[in-house]
Amino acid sequence: MPIHNILTHTGEWMKGEGPHQKIVVSSRVRLARNLRGFSFPGWAKRSERISILETVKPRVEELPEMAESFNVYSQDLSALEKQVLVERHLISREHAAKGVGSAVVMNKKQTLSIMINEEDHLRMQSIRAGLQLKNVFKMIDKADSGLEERLDFAFHPKLGYLTACPTNVGTGMRASAMVHLPALVLSEQINQVIQAVNKIGLAVRGLYGEGTEALGNLFQVSNQITLGEREEEIIERLNKVILSIIGHERNARQMLLQKRSNTLFDHIGRGYGILRNAYSISSKEGLNLLSFMKLGIDLNFFPEAWRQVIDELVMQTQPAHLQKGSQAKLAAEERDAVRARIIRERLVDFPRPDLDAARGSAAAGQDDA
Amino acid sequence: MAVAIWRQIESAHMICDVCKQNQATVFLTQIVEGKMQKVNLCESCSKEKGVTDPTGFALADLLLGLGAAQEIERSGGTTKCPTCGFSQADFKKTGRLGCAACYDTFAEPLEQLLKGMHKGSEHVGKVPSRLMRSMERESHLKDLHRDLRKAVADENYESAAQIRDRIRTLENGH
Repeated sequence: MPIHNILTHTGEWMKGEGPHQKIVVSSRVRLARNLRGFSFPGWAKRSERISILETVKPRVEELPEMAESFNVYSQDLSALEKQVLVERHLISREHAAKGVGSAVVMNKKQTLSIMINEEDHLRMQSIRAGLQLKNVFKMIDKADSGLEERLDFAFHPKLGYLTACPTNVGTGMRASAMVHLPALVLSEQINQVIQAVNKIGLAVRGLYGEGTEALGNLFQVSNQITLGEREEEIIERLNKVILSIIGHERNARQMLLQKRSNTLFDHIGRGYGILRNAYSISSKEGLNLLSFMKLGIDLNFFPEAWRQVIDELVMQTQPAHLQKGSQAKLAAEERDAVRARIIRERLVDFPRPDLDAARGSAAAGQDDA
Repeated sequence: MAVAIWRQIESAHMICDVCKQNQATVFLTQIVEGKMQKVNLCESCSKEKGVTDPTGFALADLLLGLGAAQEIERSGGTTKCPTCGFSQADFKKTGRLGCAACYDTFAEPLEQLLKGMHKGSEHVGKVPSRLMRSMERESHLKDLHRDLRKAVADENYESAAQIRDRIRTLENGH
């Protein structure tokens, strides 16, 4: 499959079909694996990395899950193409920096991607929309079991799967959910939630890591511990925590509607006004304002039919996606202008916020997130 | 238990902990089991270390990597991994190990580190099924050899012959 197909078609997880999809954007599980008898990629010489790659890549492509796959050597991707894959969470930023000796293989649906010679020989991940950590884990676990029949993984009887960084040793697993929490941010409860989650050994990070006030009100919640706990236990614990966060966000939304409706209306109204009329929007501003449009749809300010447009805009206005269509590399200022134009054009028929509908759903306490 | 928080401050007068040259603009705070550790980085080092990684996974690794390096340094010595030649200084620099055998080479300092970072120091999760099968076979063989010795000691030769045949089948069968 050519790269063109991957870049022009968005993956399954971005279409937003999944349990609790209003608050949970995506669920992701990655496993780190290494081959026995080779140095880890960061320490291996170039020739060793190439020989690892040539050992692993055909085995990965043989997996039944990869029947219709896209695979590419890192040196054959342009910086922009790599960045598009990073923005879609299909490869890591670390992997995007790699050249000769690394590759990525992903399935057509873009739900499964296997990076070869990232920090570990194999970094495989599955990603799906909404909260479905168990399904996502099953999917990657199956791929892993398929691979270990064909490859000798470095496994220590006491320490489990051995990884380049001791933070991943054991299960080699990092499970995470990306959650959209605008009401907890707006009502200034987010820090309490983050602290509580941290206390039980889970990490909370922003989408692009700008401290606690994350970009676009998006947060990633993930496990930290990989040694001393079974995979299923880790997934179960994370799942429970995410369900509890969903509950807090829903309560915060109802509180805003009932007690601070003017603040809420103001944020949604301003976002609506700026997105429809601005001629320059930075990536950060775009994400933050689109977050309020998404909240507006969740709370019936805007019709449900617009959800997909808003979700697509979140991805389309990321720097690399924005430049994908244009021939030349754009300067930041030009990007902001292009971003504003795309948003204006796509939102030209976007209806004004319907405050009565939102009030109605508040009265009914209706929020089926 | 590690908690990572970071924030960017425009005007600060601190020097980067990594390059020791540029002004630090990214401040990381790590809390491991109630103990706070701070790392200050300049723009370029933070990028190089993947602190701005949108996948967010690199940050804790970086922090724990630095903590880990200090731990290893404290434990002293200049051991090099006999398999890959990786040294403690390399670990201090990168926060990563060189190969699977490093886990045995640096077993002692790593044990303390892993305890602080994880829940205990023993893996209880998935085991590769091929390895599981061979481990089961080995443990079965061990049992059979023990039974064989006992049968011989008891002069129960009929039983010993049967056990010997089973051992042969198992050893040749795989």
